Amino acid sequence: MTDWLGPQEWQAVALSIKVSLWATVISLPFGVLVAYALARGQFRGKQLLNGLVHLPLILPPVVTGYLLLLTFGRRGVIGGWLEDTLGLVLAFRWTGAVLAAAIMAFPLMVRAIRLAIEAVDPKLEQAAATLGAPRFWVFATITLPLILPGLITGAVLAFAKAMGEFGATITFVSNIPGQTQTLPSAIYTFLQVPGGEASALRLVAVSVAIAMAALLASELLARRAAKRVAGG
Amino acid sequence: MSLVVDITHPFGAFTLNVAFEAPGGITALFGRSGTGKTTVINAVAGVLRPAQGRITLSGEVLFDASQGVALPLHKRRLGYVFQDGRLFPHMTVRRNLMYGARFAPVDATGPGLDDVCDLLGIGGMLARYPGTLSGGEKQRVAIGRALLSHPRMLLMDEPLAALDSARKDEILPYLERLRDHTDMPILYVSHSVSEVARLATSVVVLEDGQVARSGSAEQVLSDPDMVRQIGLREAGAIVPAALIKHHDDGLSELSISGGQLLLPRVQLEPGAVTRVRILAKDVMIALARPRDVSALNILPCEILTLRGGDGPGMIVQMACGSDRLLARITRRSADALALAPGVNVHAVIKSVSIARADVGHL
Repeated sequence: MTDWLGPQEWQAVALSIKVSLWATVISLPFGVLVAYALARGQFRGKQLLNGLVHLPLILPPVVTGYLLLLTFGRRGVIGGWLEDTLGLVLAFRWTGAVLAAAIMAFPLMVRAIRLAIEAVDPKLEQAAATLGAPRFWVFATITLPLILPGLITGAVLAFAKAMGEFGATITFVSNIPGQTQTLPSAIYTFLQVPGGEASALRLVAVSVAIAMAALLASELLARRAAKRVAGG
Repeated sequence: MSLVVDITHPFGAFTLNVAFEAPGGITALFGRSGTGKTTVINAVAGVLRPAQGRITLSGEVLFDASQGVALPLHKRRLGYVFQDGRLFPHMTVRRNLMYGARFAPVDATGPGLDDVCDLLGIGGMLARYPGTLSGGEKQRVAIGRALLSHPRMLLMDEPLAALDSARKDEILPYLERLRDHTDMPILYVSHSVSEVARLATSVVVLEDGQVARSGSAEQVLSDPDMVRQIGLREAGAIVPAALIKHHDDGLSELSISGGQLLLPRVQLEPGAVTRVRILAKDVMIALARPRDVSALNILPCEILTLRGGDGPGMIVQMACGSDRLLARITRRSADALALAPGVNVHAVIKSVSIARADVGHL
């Protein structure tokens, strides 16, 4: 199976999957937190938070990538601090690709989870509280299981978006083969060189296959979870 | 144990201003829709924070606006049974029932799973999910779930309102058992007179956000002034009764303080104590003891008060032994018989007019 993809192509596919998985896993807890705050919270600056979360959806990806470079670059405010205290460098590394993908996918994830939380009847959470359950327990035993289908949808959407992220990634971490060259960057690169169409087409086929597989898997998982939630 | 409520809260067009005390037994918060019943029970539960006032349970402050105390929902330990059940759809009946058990303090006493299953007849559905239960079954599980959290009192917000009359009859006996076998106070919101008559030990009547009347169920329901709130058709007194024996012709004989009652067969053992609701519209008044009449129940009474309304009818309150009875007659009849307070009369009640649902089961 490894034969029909060249080493550079394989690298790009593997890196993209790694980056997208990390981006999804790391942003999931934050996604749930923000979605919960937006769905149920009543606080000052809620609209500001909402706007901030959705910003990457509206801004040109290149702009997002450049802003990431400014803040998380080695000379950026946060980037410099991260390197000094944790020794973590993001710019031009695969870790930066994770951050870029996570930020670009975040609005989609939050949206899906938020819709799921809004669909949970707060009266059920209230009933749990009257039975003596503290807030975090209510969340863990009532809210979380009930939003599981939405959670899965949000995670898969985010994964798919991360797999396809190009603009912000190439701006923030560039296009270094084996280090930051993700699947879309690789396709772009192959299209720039003469005779690269065949490689590009193979990668396109891989993208389509991964996207379809993710979609089917999420559909299956969400349906199973929905059935459990409905008490089947 | 007793609950003391004294709260003020803006409520639609008027201000809710309610003060009452709920001792052990079932205290019914009774009134039409939109009189503030649910607001009061939500304030007690902690779902709603009243603007002013104080709520205490056995001396412990649950809420005090002036001291800024408001115990959070999950720390009040009040079992709340909602009108719509609110079972957790993703958990089996067993997990629903046991949900609150882990939060009950170690020293809290109360029934165990087996006791609750026996009391409510839900032992056979433990492995099922709420989605597969009927409305009546769901509500019984909801009551069981509240009981198993070992609450200090129960709050019930129209727990039977969403059910048809067959399902109601299925649950009423369980609620009666609950009332008679635990000493925990139960606050019961209802707009149904028949439920209140069957279940309540004391009644708080709400009207436009104010307490119009409160007292024991016997007192409030036999008060002619309450007829307007209760409605003419539903007005009637409740009297405690003890079963003497069953007759071979299908009738049951019960003793009340003012004499005997013959009713269609009652599902009770001889010696059992219950209560009978006698609707005002089913009671006739005769000056002399009637003879050659088909009605089987003729009780000597003394007239206490007569209340006329706008229409042609009157409500007559009578003392029958130590109980009160209400009769609804026309003003014309009252004039013809020269009825007045102090006059000795006979109340005539047809046996078949007392429906099975008007007699409690224990």
